[in-house]
Amino acid sequence: MRGLAILLGYTLLGNAIHTLLSVPISGNVIGMVLLVISLFAGWIKLAWIEETAQFFLKHMMIFFAPVIVGTMMFFGVIGDQWLVVLVTLIVATIIVLLVTAGVAARQSGKVKERTYE
Amino acid sequence: MNEAWFEQPLFGITITVVFYMGAQLLNSRYRWLNPLFVTSGGIIVLLLLSDIPYEAYRAGGDVITFFLGPATVALAVPFYKNFQNLRNQLVPIVTAVSAGLICGLLAVWGISSLLHGSKQIMLTMLPKSVTTPIAIEIADLLGGTPELAGVFAVLTGLLGSMIGPGILKLCKFRSDIAIGAAMGTASHGIGTARIMRDSEIQGGISAFAMGLSSILTPIFCIPLIWWL
Repeated sequence: MRGLAILLGYTLLGNAIHTLLSVPISGNVIGMVLLVISLFAGWIKLAWIEETAQFFLKHMMIFFAPVIVGTMMFFGVIGDQWLVVLVTLIVATIIVLLVTAGVAARQSGKVKERTYE
Repeated sequence: MNEAWFEQPLFGITITVVFYMGAQLLNSRYRWLNPLFVTSGGIIVLLLLSDIPYEAYRAGGDVITFFLGPATVALAVPFYKNFQNLRNQLVPIVTAVSAGLICGLLAVWGISSLLHGSKQIMLTMLPKSVTTPIAIEIADLLGGTPELAGVFAVLTGLLGSMIGPGILKLCKFRSDIAIGAAMGTASHGIGTARIMRDSEIQGGISAFAMGLSSILTPIFCIPLIWWL
């Protein structure tokens, strides 16, 4: 329960900051950043939250399921452009995946080489 | 008046959990079956077949989605645990995420012009690889359709989570940095949720790449506002 209380507390804190200061970053992300800072500062011990966090992360997909259901229900609004949309999304996603992975693999390889020189 | 039994949140919560459990079982037998696709697809088919209105499901669905909050905060744990890794590889990750995002923006523009898509749809698709709330804001800024931008972002996330790991494996990418950065950049939180099932290190890198693209995408979109 301590883990859940801490995670919920940081979610609430992040969302409160988001609303009060109207920063253009989502409240959940602000909560995450604050928790990272707190872990480094030693205010929160990893052992307190690790088990609960592990559970949430392992099953993170389920929390997106209702979002996908909602999206599919409004699929009709895309209208007669659906083929353009589908092809563009698929091809662009593949390009992003391969470019990012390719550059990351090359660049991180360079870093390693330099370290071992 | 008596409320129909399916109008209580319990209905939406229960069928989501039941379908997710079923999807997990199927996934353990057939590795290629994406649990998120099976869960949401199953619920959609059930709603369509049973004539239960989406609004009735939504009462419970919203409760499940609420936990996306603490789940996002929980990403702090893999981030903290892999910080040493991330710090050494900061430059490669930032370079890779930037390159991926710019190529993605150009690809959306190029492909949709090639297919004669409308400018409105193209502008709406540009912010597709960032998380939904940010995609909506950027589309608004560019002059696209904000509501639709959310739909495209969610579809891109699902798409990336379904095809991402397979494509990266096919192209023989093995390093955690490459796989994590690619998944987070291409398909934000949904891709991160998918890769977290395989590896906590890749998930942590993916979460970092996802945060980075939420910051970088609006910056890369600014020149487009002047140009278009």
